[in-house]
Amino acid sequence: MRGSTKRTRKLREISITSQPKISLERASILTDTYKRHMGVVETPVLRALSFKNYLEKRSLYLGEDELIVGEKGDDCQTAPTFPELCCHTVEDLDVMDKRQYISFKVSPEDKRRHQEEIIPYWHDKSMRFKILKNMTNDWKDCYEAGIFTEFMEQRAPGHTVADDKFYKKGFLDFKKDIEEAISQLDFLNDPEALNKRTQLEAMMISCEAIIAYGKRYADLARAKAESEIEPLRKKELLWIASNCDVVPANKPETFAQAVQMYWFVHIGVTTELNTWDAFSPGRLDQYLYPFYKKGISEGTLNREAAQEILECLWIKFNNQPAPPKVGITLKESATYTDFANINTGGLDPYTGEDGVNQLSYIILDVMDEMKLLQPSSNVQISKKTPKEFLLRAVEISGKGWGQPAFYNTEELMQELINAGKSLEDAMFGGASGCVETGAHGREAYILTGYFNMPKVLELALNDGFDQQTQKQLGLRLPYGREFNTFEDVVIAFKLQMKHFIDIKIKGNNMIERLFGEHMPATFLSVITEDCIKRGKDYNAGGARYNTRYIQGVGIGNVADSLSAIKFNVFDKKRFAMDELLTAASKNFKGYDLIRKIVSKDTPKYGNDDDYADDLMILAFNVFYDVINNRPTVYGGTYRIDMLPTTCHVYFGSVTGATVNGRLAYQPLPDGISPEKGADINGPTAVIKSAAKMNHRITGGTLLNQRFSPSIVTMEKGLEHLSAYIRAYFEMQGHHIQFNVFDQKLLIEAQKNPEDYTNLIVRVAGYSDHFNNLDRALQDEIINRTEQTFRSML
Amino acid sequence: MKGTILNIQRFSVHDGPNIRTTVFLKGCPLRCEWCHNPESLKHQKEIMWDKSSCVFCMKCIEVCPCHAITFDSGLIITNYEQCEHCGDCSLYCQNSARQLVGKDFTVDDLVKEVLKDKIIFQQSGGGVTFSGGEPLAQIDFLHESMKSLKEHDIHIAIDTSGYTPYDCFERIIGLTDLFLYDIKMSDDVKHQRYTGVSNKPIIDNLMRLSKEKVDIILRLPILEGINDTDQDINGILKIADKACISHISILPYHSIGQHKYPKLGLVYRYDSFKTPSQDNLEKIKNIFDKNGYKTQIGG
Repeated sequence: MRGSTKRTRKLREISITSQPKISLERASILTDTYKRHMGVVETPVLRALSFKNYLEKRSLYLGEDELIVGEKGDDCQTAPTFPELCCHTVEDLDVMDKRQYISFKVSPEDKRRHQEEIIPYWHDKSMRFKILKNMTNDWKDCYEAGIFTEFMEQRAPGHTVADDKFYKKGFLDFKKDIEEAISQLDFLNDPEALNKRTQLEAMMISCEAIIAYGKRYADLARAKAESEIEPLRKKELLWIASNCDVVPANKPETFAQAVQMYWFVHIGVTTELNTWDAFSPGRLDQYLYPFYKKGISEGTLNREAAQEILECLWIKFNNQPAPPKVGITLKESATYTDFANINTGGLDPYTGEDGVNQLSYIILDVMDEMKLLQPSSNVQISKKTPKEFLLRAVEISGKGWGQPAFYNTEELMQELINAGKSLEDAMFGGASGCVETGAHGREAYILTGYFNMPKVLELALNDGFDQQTQKQLGLRLPYGREFNTFEDVVIAFKLQMKHFIDIKIKGNNMIERLFGEHMPATFLSVITEDCIKRGKDYNAGGARYNTRYIQGVGIGNVADSLSAIKFNVFDKKRFAMDELLTAASKNFKGYDLIRKIVSKDTPKYGNDDDYADDLMILAFNVFYDVINNRPTVYGGTYRIDMLPTTCHVYFGSVTGATVNGRLAYQPLPDGISPEKGADINGPTAVIKSAAKMNHRITGGTLLNQRFSPSIVTMEKGLEHLSAYIRAYFEMQGHHIQFNVFDQKLLIEAQKNPEDYTNLIVRVAGYSDHFNNLDRALQDEIINRTEQTFRSML
Repeated sequence: MKGTILNIQRFSVHDGPNIRTTVFLKGCPLRCEWCHNPESLKHQKEIMWDKSSCVFCMKCIEVCPCHAITFDSGLIITNYEQCEHCGDCSLYCQNSARQLVGKDFTVDDLVKEVLKDKIIFQQSGGGVTFSGGEPLAQIDFLHESMKSLKEHDIHIAIDTSGYTPYDCFERIIGLTDLFLYDIKMSDDVKHQRYTGVSNKPIIDNLMRLSKEKVDIILRLPILEGINDTDQDINGILKIADKACISHISILPYHSIGQHKYPKLGLVYRYDSFKTPSQDNLEKIKNIFDKNGYKTQIGG
C-alpha cells in the first residue's frame, strides 16, 4: 500500500480500485438549463448559466478522511457526460459499459434516462452533429482512411494550463476586474462592445458559480462536522470548511487553501467543458512555494503535512478518468489518463534563477510514493538545475513506470520566444498534455489532430489512390513506378502533403468557428490572460496568444522509407522502383531479399548517420513548411508538434507495408523515435539523430527510450543516465522519457495479466497500466528497441 | 593509412570510466582459448557464416565477383585466397546468414566517428577506449588516430594484452590517459598453454610502463578452475605489488561468444570453461581489497 500516511494509503486504494463509471447528472442539469434559457439569453450567458446550475445543483462528494474536496462527478472515478459536445448513442453507452479496455459502467437507469431525456434533445444539436454536418466528403474520406484525426469531434478545445494568478486573487477579485472591464466598454466607438459586455457578464456568472460551489462545500463540511463523533475528524471537517470559506472566493492564505484553490479551479474548467488534456497546474512547485515557506516559518506547516496534502491532490487527479471516448477518438487516445501534467523544477519564472526548491523535492517524493497514472509528472531540467535534483528524478524514472518525463527548460523557453511570446510570458512556459509547449495562463494552444505522415508517402507513391479504402484520396500524380529521380519522389510527397493538410485545415477552420460561436468557455476565460481585457472568450481568440497544432506521427518511418528509395533505387541501383513498390504492395511476400536489404542494409534514422537523418530533416521540413504560420480563424497561427499518444498504433493499422520493410498494419514509430529495431548504434546515436530535427520551431517533440534495468542497478548508472539527458538537452532536445523494463517481464505480463495488475509502463507522453493497453499497443511497447549499456564482454 | 576495425561501439560503460566509445581493432597476437570475440583474432577481414540460418539459396555463390565461394558436402566454403571482402555475399544473403566482419577506416573517418559522441563524453566525463584484438598490433594507425583525437581533447584509454614490443607503448604513452592492462595468469607455463604465448614480455612491459606517469588499471579475466586458485591470485598480487598498481578489475568469464566459433569455422575447445561463482568472485575481490587495491567486479 502506497502513501506516506494512513489517510493517503486509504484514499489511494479507493482511487485505484474503483471502477470508472458514467454519471448523467451533469447531462440532466444541462438539458434543463438549455430547455429553459436557450434562445432567451445570448450563447455565452447560456453557457455560464449551464455551468452555474451544475455547480449549484449537483451532488457533492466528500469522502471519508479527505482533506482536499471536489470531484467532477458525484463519486470518485465518475465521468460526467457532455451531450452538448458529443451525444452518445445508446449503443455507445453499451460499448463503453462492456468493452474490455477503458470501460465505463453505466447503470440501466442512466441508460434509460439517456435515451429518454438526453438523446431526444441533443441528437441534432451537439457539436459533433454540427461538425459532421459541415465536413466535406473529402474530409470524411480522409478521416475514415486514417490520414488524420480530429480532437474536437468528441471533446472541447482545452490544452491549457494555469499560471499563478488565482493564488494571488480570489474570484471576488476577478469579478471586480470584470466589472471594471465592463465599465470601460466604449459603446460609441467599439462595434464589438455589446458582444464584449455579454461575454463579460457571462464570465461574471461563472465567477459566481465557482464561489457558490466553494460555499456549498464549506456548508457540507460544517454539517458533516456537526454529526461527526470522532473528534479528530470533526476538527478536520471544520478545517476543510474554513478553507472553503476562503477559497475560491478569496485568494488563499495557507498551503492547504492554495491546493484547494487549484482543485476547485480544476473541477471548474473540466466540468464547464470536457477540455482535452483536462487542466494542469503548470509550475506547481513555484506557485505553492510561498505558501509552503510561510507555513513553515509560522510553524503552522511541516514537511510531512505538506506532503500529505499534496498526496491528497495527486489522488484527486487520479480520481478523474478522461471523458469517455468512442470510435477513432478512442483509438488515438485509448486511455483513462486525462493528461494533466505537472512541471517541477526549471527556472524561477520571476528571477530566472534555478527554480528547484524544497517543494520540488517533496513533489518528487510524492510522485515516487504515490506511483499514480495521474497526474503525469515531469521535471524541467535547465542548465542551472542542481545535480542532486536530476539524480533523484532519474532514480524515480529508473523504477520503470515512466515518470517523471524530462523536459529541457531552455528549449521550452526558446520555442515560446521563437513563436512570438515575450520573455516574461515565456518564463511562465512549460509543457502540458504529452509534450506540448505553452505560455501558461495566457495561451490557448489547441491540438487539432494527429497526422499520418507515412500514409501520405504511401499515397504519394501510389498516385494518390488508397489501397485500403479503395478511394482516390490524394491528387492524381504520376505513379511511383514512373519516378526517374529521387527529386520526383520528394515533389510528389510535398504536393500530396499540401493537399491533405489543406483538407485538414479547411475542416479545422469550420470547427474553430463552430466552437467560437456555440461553445464559449466563460469560466476558463476568467483565468486566461487577456480574455477579460479583450472581452473575448477563450474559444474565440480571447487569450493573449492563440496557437493551433497539428501533430505529426511516424516521421522515423518516413525517413527510413525515403532512405530505402534513395539509397537502393537511385544511388546503388540495387533494384528498380517498380520492384520495390511491388514488394511493398505484396507485403514483401516472396520478396525476402528486398525486405532484408531495405531493413538491414540501408541507412536508417536513429543511428547518427547523416544520410538517413538528412531525410528525416527533409520529411520534417515538408510537414513544417505546409503548416507553420498559417492563420487560424480567430487570429492565431498554426504550428507543429511531433507526438502520437496511442495514435501510432491506429495509424499503423490503416497503413500498408512501407518501403522501409515495415509490414502492413504494424504500428508506426512513436513520436520522433526511430522505427523499431532500426536504431542499432545505441542510445547516444538515437539522441544525436533526434537532435538533428529543429525542435525549436516546433511546439514539442516526444522521444521514448527503453532501457534495460541494468542501467539503474549498475554502479554510476544514475549518473550515466543523467549525463545522457544533459547531453540531449545540450543539443537542444525538447523531451525524453524512459521505460526501464526487461522484455521478458513484459512478455510474461502479457501472458499472465492477473499477476501484473500493478505494472505501469510509459506509452507516449503518459504512463498507463500495461493491462489497460490493447494487445497491439502492448506488442508495440514490447518491440521497442531496448537500449543497454553496451559491452562486447 | 587505413586500420582494420572490427566494431565501433558507442555508449560503452564497461571499458573505462563513464560513457565511452570503444573502438575494437581487428587482429590479436594471443589465442586465448576462452576468447569471447574470436572474430577479432585475425587481422584480415573475414566472413561469419551461420549454417543454421542459411537456406542454401546459393545466391552468395552467384553474386560473388571473385568466385571465391563454393558449395561442398553441405557446406558453403569461402576461399579467402580469392575473396576480396567486398561484402556482396552478405548483402544478398536474405536471411543474414553471412556477415562480413572487419571494415577499413582511414584515421579521419575513425576520428570523425569517435567525435560523434563528444558531447556525451563532455557531459559524462567519458572518452574513447581502443580495444581489440590488440590495439597496439596496428600501432601506426593507432598512433595517428590518438594524435588526432588528442587535438580534440578526448580522454583516451587503451585496453591492451600487453603483448607487443615496448617501443609501441613508448609511442603512445604521452597520448594515453589510462591503460586497461590485461593479466591473464601469472604462471608462464599455464599462460603459454591457454593463450599460445609467454607472459614474460607482458609482465616486463607492465613493469616498465608502471614507471611512467600514467594511470593503469589491471584487468583480470577469471575462469573457474583455470586461474582462480589462491596460487593464481597470489601470483597476480606479486605482479601488481611490484608494478605499484592501485586499481584492479575482475572480469568473470562468460560464454556469450561461444556461438561465434562455428560461424568462423573454428572449434570452441573448452566447453568446460565456467563462470566463477559470485562467492568466489567476492572472495578474490576481498583478497585484493585487503591488500589495499581498489577492486571492482566487472569493467
